[in-house]
Amino acid sequence: MSERATLLELEGIIKEFSSVRVLDRVSFSIQEGEIMGLIGENGAGKSTLIKIICGIYQKTDGVIRLGGKVTEIPDYITAKSLGIGIVPQEFNLINYLTVYENIFLGSELHKGILLDKSAMRKEAEAQLNLLKMPLNVNRMVSELSVAEKQMVEIAKAMILDARILIFDEPTTTLTAVEIQTLFDLMRKLKQKGVTILFVSHKLQEILAICDRVTVLRDGKLVSIDQVKGLSSQILAKKMVGRDFNQVFPEKVDSTGKDVILEVEKLCSGSLLKDVSFFLRKGEILGFAGLVGAGRTETMEALMGLRKAEKGAVRIEGKTVRIRSAKDAVRYGLGYISEDRQGKGVVMNYDIPKNITLISLKEKYLRCGLIDKAKEAQAAEHYMKEFRIVAASKKSQLRFFSGGNQQKVYLSRWMDTDPKILILDEPTRGIDINSKKEIYEFIHRLAQEQISCIIVSSEMEEIIGMCDRVYVMREGRVAGCLEKGQVTEENIVFQATGIKRV
Amino acid sequence: MGENKIIAYVRNFRFKDHSLGMAFIILVIIATIVGWPNFLKFRNLTNILRQISYTGIISLGMTLIIISGGIDLSVGSMTAFVGGISIFFLNLFGPTSTMGIVLTFLFALVFGSFCGALNGIMVAKFKMAPFIVTLGTMSIFRSLIQYFSNAGTILSVNMGYGKLGSSSILGLPTPVWFFVIVGIILHILLNHTSFGRYICATGSNEQVAKYSAINVAVIKFFPYVITGFTVGITAIMWSSRLNCINPSDCAGYEMDAIAAAVIGGTLMSGGKGSIIGTMMGAVMLGIINNMLVMGGISAFLQQAVKGFVIIVAVLLQYNNGNK
Repeated sequence: MSERATLLELEGIIKEFSSVRVLDRVSFSIQEGEIMGLIGENGAGKSTLIKIICGIYQKTDGVIRLGGKVTEIPDYITAKSLGIGIVPQEFNLINYLTVYENIFLGSELHKGILLDKSAMRKEAEAQLNLLKMPLNVNRMVSELSVAEKQMVEIAKAMILDARILIFDEPTTTLTAVEIQTLFDLMRKLKQKGVTILFVSHKLQEILAICDRVTVLRDGKLVSIDQVKGLSSQILAKKMVGRDFNQVFPEKVDSTGKDVILEVEKLCSGSLLKDVSFFLRKGEILGFAGLVGAGRTETMEALMGLRKAEKGAVRIEGKTVRIRSAKDAVRYGLGYISEDRQGKGVVMNYDIPKNITLISLKEKYLRCGLIDKAKEAQAAEHYMKEFRIVAASKKSQLRFFSGGNQQKVYLSRWMDTDPKILILDEPTRGIDINSKKEIYEFIHRLAQEQISCIIVSSEMEEIIGMCDRVYVMREGRVAGCLEKGQVTEENIVFQATGIKRV
Repeated sequence: MGENKIIAYVRNFRFKDHSLGMAFIILVIIATIVGWPNFLKFRNLTNILRQISYTGIISLGMTLIIISGGIDLSVGSMTAFVGGISIFFLNLFGPTSTMGIVLTFLFALVFGSFCGALNGIMVAKFKMAPFIVTLGTMSIFRSLIQYFSNAGTILSVNMGYGKLGSSSILGLPTPVWFFVIVGIILHILLNHTSFGRYICATGSNEQVAKYSAINVAVIKFFPYVITGFTVGITAIMWSSRLNCINPSDCAGYEMDAIAAAVIGGTLMSGGKGSIIGTMMGAVMLGIINNMLVMGGISAFLQQAVKGFVIIVAVLLQYNNGNK
C-alpha cells in the first residue's frame, strides 16, 4: 500500500471515569482514504475511544491531531464541523419524526429562512437508494424495523459528507445481503477519499473490508496490523489474549425425541400467514430469514405479546391458549427479545431487581413482602453462573456492557425455570467472549433437556448452533431445513427465493 | 465488625447521595436561626406539620403516579368534590351521630378511590395521556361541586364533625397521623412489594415491563386509585377542619403535591422516586412557608418562592442524572 497522508492521529489517549482508567495511553493514526478496523472485547474501550473522537466524551489526557494540527473536540457539533461523522451503535433517531427529517436532523437544508423539504426528501431518497433500502422517506421512524432504522442511521451520517466516518458496529442488525450493500458503499466512499473507522465484533467483516486493524484489550492498544495475511484465529487471539479456537460447541442430537411444542397455522394481521412449526425436547431449533420476514412477530405471537387471530399451540400434546406473556410464563415459555435495551433490561435497576422481575411473585415473597436477602442470593448465584462482571450487584444496568446486560437478561428468564427458551438475536452487539459463553450456555440447556429456539440473522450462528432450521419469508415459513441441509446456500435460497450463483 | 461497618459507612459517605437529607438539615438550621426562638416551639412545629399534611397525604399517592409515568392534575378539584359530596352524605345519613361521621369517612375513602379509578381507567385501559385526562377531570370535578353547591358553601350540620378536624392524638394533629401512617404504608408498598417493584419498572420502561409478563394496565391503574384514596382522607380532614367545603377550596393542591414529590427526588419522567423523599419534600415546603410568614414576607410572594424551589429541585435532579 502506498504511503498516504496521516489524517487523524491519536497520541497517548487516557480516559478515566471516576478514577477508573478505561483507556490507557492509546495511540494510533489513520491515513487518508483508508478503512481502519477497530476491534476488542466488551469493555476493551472501543466505544469510549470513538466517543472521544466525536467529542461526546472528553479525554483525560493525550493529544488528538487532525491533519497534523493539534485539535480539541469539545462536543459533537465541533466534530461535525471538522468533518467527523458517526453511525452510532445505539440508535439516535427520533421516533416521531419522519425518515427524511431524521436524516437531516441538525443539518437541515434551507431555502431562505424556511426548510427546503422537497430537496431534503429527494436527497434522503437518493441516499437510501444508494443503500438499496428504498424506504418511503415520509414514514415515521417509529414504524421502521430495526434494520431499516440502521440504514436511516447510516444515511444520516452519509449526508454529512464527512471526511472521517465512524461506523460503530453497524452490521449487528443487518442480514447478509444488507451487509454486502453496506460494504459496497464503504468501498465507494473509500474511493472518494473518505476515511473510515469501522468498529465490529465480527472478525470476518474486519478481514473483508478493512485495510488495517487496530486491536484493543482492557483499554490498552495491543496491535495495529495490515489486514492482508491475517486470519480470524490470529485476530481472535490478539483480542482475547489467549487461544480461541472454536466458538460453537458440539451439537446436541435430538432426532427422534418427543415433540414439546407444536404451533399450527398461526396468523397475525398481515404479518404472519399460517405459520406452523414444531420443536423437540432438548432441541436447538433455528429460525432464519431476512429482517422483516416475521420471525420476531411469530415468537411474540407465541408469547402472547402480539395478537394472533388464528392458530393452535400445543405444549406437550395439550392445546393451550396463551393470551398474555403471563400465560406464556406459566406454560414454561421464555422469550429473550432482540431489543435488549428497549424491551429487555430495566436500565436504572440493579442486578437483583432485574433478575427477579418475572419470578418475583413466585419465588421471592415472604408474607407478601419481598425477601431481599433471597433476591441478593439469587443474583450472586447467577453472577457466578454466567460470569457477569460488575463493580457490585447494586450497580445499575445502564453502566453495563452489552454482553453483561444480556447475561442479566438471560438470568431473568432462567429464574422462571422455562421448559422452552426463545432467544431472539441472542448475541447482538456482544463481544466474542460473551458470545461464546452464551453459545455454551444454550448448549448446556439443551443437554438438560430444555428446548431452545434461536432466531438469528447471523448465518454462522444458525449454522453453528442448530440442527434443524425453519426459514421464513414474508410472514410464512418458506421451508424447513433438516439435519445435513443446514447450509448458507440453502438458507439464502429459502429466505430470498433466489438461488445464489 | 460493627466498628468496621461504621468506618466503611463514613468512608463511602458521599454528599451527592444524601443531598436531600443535607438540604433538609440545612433548611432546618436556617429556619431555626431566622425564626429564633419561635421556630423550634412545639406549637409552631405541629402547626407546620398540620399545614403540610393536607396536601402531603395526597403527594404520597401522587408520588406513585409519577413513578408509574403519569401525573394527576385533578387532585385539588377532586378534594373539593369528594369533600363536598361527603358533607352532603353526612347531612343526609348522619346529621347527629358519631356513627354518621365514621360512615362518612368510609364513604369519602370509597368515593375518592372511585374518582381516582375514573382517571386510572382512562389512562391505563384507554391509553390516554395522563396530563390530558386529569386536566379534563380537574375541570369536571370543580364544575360539578360548584353545580351541586349552587356555588355556595356546603355546611355540615353534624356538631361533632368539626371536632374531628381540629382533634389531636398524643399531641399531634390527626391529619399529621394520617400523613405519617399512609407514608409508612406506601413506603412499604413501594419498596417491599412486587407491586411497587412493578410500578418502578413500568415507569422506567413500559415495554420492558410488558415483555416481562407484567400486566402494565393494572400497574398503571392502581396508583390513581391509591391517590383517590388519599384524596378521600384529605377531603375529610380538610372539610372537618372548617366544618364546611367551599366549592373553590383546595385549588392548587396538585401543585403542592407534585412539588413535594419532585423536591423529594421523584423523577418527573417516571421510574424512580421515594415516599420518604416526598414526605421530606412536603415538610421542607412547609418550613419555607413558615419562614416566610415569620420573616414578615408578603403572602403573595410565597407562591413565587415555592415555584423557585421546585425549579431548583428539578435542576439539581437533571444535573445528577447526567453524571
